[in-house]
Amino acid sequence: MQDFKMNDSLAPAMPKSWKVETKPHKFCPGCGHGIILKCLGEVIDELGIQDQMVFGCDIGCSLLSWDFFNVDTVQTHHGRTNPVIIGMKRANPELIVVGYMGDGGGYAIGSQHLFNAACRNEKITVILCNNCNYGMTGGQMAPTTLPGMKTETSPYGRDPIETGYPTKGPEMVAAVAPEGAYVARGTTANVRQLKGFIKKALENQMAGNGISFVECLAGCPTNWRTNAKQTWEFIEKDQANAFKVGELRVPEVKEG
Amino acid sequence: MAEVSLQGEQRVFMTGNEVVAWAAIAAKVDIMYGYPITPQNEIMHYWTRLAPKYGKKFLQTEDEISAGFTTIGGVLSGRKAFTATAGPGNVLMQESANMAEMMRIPIVYVIQQRGGPSTATVIYSQQETTLTCFGGNGEGHRAVYSTANHQELFDYTIKAFNTAWTYRFPTFILGDGYQAKMREPLTIYDPEEKGMKLVAPEVILGDTTPGKKSVNIRNTYNTEEELYEVVMKLQKDWEAMAEKIVEWDARGCEDADFVIVSHGVVSRAALAAYDQLRAAGKKVGVFRPITIRPFPEMQLREAIKGAKKVLVAESSYGQLLKMVQNALYGETVELVPFLKPGVGITSEEIIEEYSKL
Repeated sequence: MQDFKMNDSLAPAMPKSWKVETKPHKFCPGCGHGIILKCLGEVIDELGIQDQMVFGCDIGCSLLSWDFFNVDTVQTHHGRTNPVIIGMKRANPELIVVGYMGDGGGYAIGSQHLFNAACRNEKITVILCNNCNYGMTGGQMAPTTLPGMKTETSPYGRDPIETGYPTKGPEMVAAVAPEGAYVARGTTANVRQLKGFIKKALENQMAGNGISFVECLAGCPTNWRTNAKQTWEFIEKDQANAFKVGELRVPEVKEG
Repeated sequence: MAEVSLQGEQRVFMTGNEVVAWAAIAAKVDIMYGYPITPQNEIMHYWTRLAPKYGKKFLQTEDEISAGFTTIGGVLSGRKAFTATAGPGNVLMQESANMAEMMRIPIVYVIQQRGGPSTATVIYSQQETTLTCFGGNGEGHRAVYSTANHQELFDYTIKAFNTAWTYRFPTFILGDGYQAKMREPLTIYDPEEKGMKLVAPEVILGDTTPGKKSVNIRNTYNTEEELYEVVMKLQKDWEAMAEKIVEWDARGCEDADFVIVSHGVVSRAALAAYDQLRAAGKKVGVFRPITIRPFPEMQLREAIKGAKKVLVAESSYGQLLKMVQNALYGETVELVPFLKPGVGITSEEIIEEYSKL
């Protein structure tokens, strides 16, 4: 086990699968990515799969996780993480593959890949960070931007008449995926629950059941221009009201 | 009809697309990913028929973007993987080809050119020459073999996997709709039975040896200087590869005052014209780049040394011509373009062009 005391102060507990050399990580203060990746790291440790998996990350803020884990990792192109990890899994079904992306990568530029991966019930695990905007490029409107929410490309607030309503990713995946799929939406405001969802999403892939998809509601205080209190209020109230947290699909329990 | 087999050498009569599928089996390819587009479809048709018999796999994806990136995934996991496409599909696949250039991923693409721009025709052209050599936001760090007949489709498809896995640059077979759809006799074989070496794939990601050091790979860089180092290293490695893999065919150029330059299936018309003109006592030569990327620049300069005129014949409007001009910069030989975008070229037409000059 690691030392908790560093320079006589209490150091945060780090998952064993995290790459210590690249910490502290590069996400903004208050960003949700670190929380999601900590959940994932702890799950990797608990399942003991660090040497059996490949982690793929997208473009956008998620690319900052390219050297986050002591796990084989490929940083791909914007929206193309799902096809890359699908290609790996198809070629070598022994691998446990995880795709990590934002709402833009999963629901906009790569939406055809997510939709078809769900239809084909690809034996992959997809973890998607939903922070209601494009973070890396400076806070533009995303498929998940809430009605009325101000972003760089909806400066007067998102108008659903012009630009539609927020994309409900897990609902879409749950609607089209065959039996065996695991679909959930967690939130960085409930870490214990989120970690449980991510664990089930990996176990479901390991059991060979089908696609496993977890959307994670997360904060982006830099682009939201919110302080800590406002950030958590947005995550816990606005996001949670717009996006229902919970499990949408769990595989049927096989008899015998 | 007798069962086709790779045991021993076998004389067969096949379409080019069928040849590619057999060549991939012969090259011990593990998996193909693909999306339908004419005129390459039968590569997938034959592959999906052969695959279960040889323990191979196939995935039909949602589009060519996905076909390119799933193939990258297959390669990363240490398998020999390829995809095939044409025209607008080739445009979409350039995104994955770029990632393969940056990350040195040994992916193989088979391109059966169709008419362009846009959807154009499903028949034939050579308008994907520039795209296949230089597509994307990079420097064209790749290998492109332009085949002319079915024997070459078989031989060079096998070779493409060796080139890719030896030098770790994306490698293309550049065919066309004529080669794809026409039937021709050729000899198929198991390359290893003939003593040819097949370069074995290696696991790039997903080595599951317990306690192994993890590998993290990326294509994003933070600073200009960092990127400059990366691209210059790519360039250096590409140049080192170029001199080893460059291939060309030159005939009768030593004493020729007229040299016909062409690539791919057009070079067959050029060869037929050459035979007829030589039989008539004309001092004619032919030059054909087999690798159009890297382009055999020095070899072309050598071939046209004594020539007064060089006819550049292609089924596109100047894509080969630009490569020839680039190679012959500083030479004073007259270049005569014979450009027929999206249309086939016959030996009669080339002889007519010769007669005009």
